[in-house]
Amino acid sequence: MREIAYEEIVKNVRDIIIYSASNLPEDALNAMKEAYESEKSPVSKEVLKQLLDNADIASSEKRPLCQDTGLAVFFIKLGADVKVVGGLLKDAINEGTEKGYTEGYLRASTCEPFSRANLKDTVGYNLPAIIHLDIVEGDKIDIEYAAKGGGSENVSRARVFPPAAGKEGVIEYVKECISDAGGNPCPPLTVGVGIGGTFEKAVISSKHALFRNIGSTNEDEEMAELEGTIKDELNKLGIGTMGMGGTETVLAVHIESNPCHIASLPVSVNVQCHSSRHTHITI
Amino acid sequence: MSKTYHLTTPLTDEVTRELKSGDIVYLSGTIFTARDAAHKKLVDLIEAGEELPFDLEGSIIYFVGPTPPKPGDPIGSAGPTTSYRMDSYSPTMLKNGSKGMIGKGKRSQEVKDACKEYGGIYFGATGGAGALLGKQIRTAEVIAYPELGPEAVRKLTVEDFPVTVVNDTYGNDLYQIGRDQYEVK
Repeated sequence: MREIAYEEIVKNVRDIIIYSASNLPEDALNAMKEAYESEKSPVSKEVLKQLLDNADIASSEKRPLCQDTGLAVFFIKLGADVKVVGGLLKDAINEGTEKGYTEGYLRASTCEPFSRANLKDTVGYNLPAIIHLDIVEGDKIDIEYAAKGGGSENVSRARVFPPAAGKEGVIEYVKECISDAGGNPCPPLTVGVGIGGTFEKAVISSKHALFRNIGSTNEDEEMAELEGTIKDELNKLGIGTMGMGGTETVLAVHIESNPCHIASLPVSVNVQCHSSRHTHITI
Repeated sequence: MSKTYHLTTPLTDEVTRELKSGDIVYLSGTIFTARDAAHKKLVDLIEAGEELPFDLEGSIIYFVGPTPPKPGDPIGSAGPTTSYRMDSYSPTMLKNGSKGMIGKGKRSQEVKDACKEYGGIYFGATGGAGALLGKQIRTAEVIAYPELGPEAVRKLTVEDFPVTVVNDTYGNDLYQIGRDQYEVK
């Protein structure tokens, strides 16, 4: 049994939250640079230039890339041979989140669903964190983190299709989602598609698909091909950067698929804006 | 062909009627921030005939909820939020003297119609460029609803704040024009 101190988890979480807010990860930055090179529309190209400048300013001056510093989303794999000492893992993640958002001067974006009262003064900065936990073999804690903004989350959707809908049904559904969204979710986008499982499994898979590095290939050949097909279809929509019109609307389509019930074909589309602030650490 | 303007607030009808979708504008002067919750409060005041926390005449409303400032800075990162959530409130704001809005994303037909009727402009700022846009803000002061946190109404002084005319006073829509040009059917 390996012992990992509660405080060590808190510190790691705090640090990745602050770092991610102002440093666009390399995969996202490279994809944006490629989009800038390929974009045919002068207006979208100009806006992409502004976004690349913004990334420079954010990292050199340690300012948040975007004022929407997101809700803190975690996918955690806890090794079965790890014992967290000094408190609960969940509390450590939440405490690290609160410290990160407070000490990093990041925006408190959680509020009550109906009164819309900001939770800043009652529960703490940006709590609770959204935590997905899995138990795996080994003696490490694997933490994938993303700051998930509201604009792109607002256009995300899920539906359970009849099996007859097939691949064509999935392609049309994703197209309809991105077309309706237009510039609202801040393109160029990463589009996470969860296929199969149950209703909620598809949704969580579509979220987790956004954590994959942009530019990586799906391990399943059929899914890799489908990702390419959907990406091409989406780029034909002409939405462009921030909806200004253009040839580069999506940076990547990531699919995560699961076996499903014989009666169902669940599909979920989770959208990520150009500011894909995600990171991965192992303790 | 798009033109570039340097404008100072408050704006008048004479100025807004000159702008066309696609024009680049660098704004200087005072602008006011309001998002969802603040818009609801402001429109409730207008409907009740009560006084607003600032003068709407010629004003520009920026849809933004900034990050907290670091010590010594007037404001943190401050890019636009998605505008459609303010669609139900914006026509009332324009009818009562406001001349412009800054946000991102498409607007409803009602908002576009109100821009035509009342001489208002919907400006787009680059979403996700919060660090870059925050640097063009010189001063920031909460003037109403501090309990809303990042959604409180702030009075900002901006200098050469870069925006693009999305919806002009003639019913044009830059998002539609742009997409029509690049969509492959």
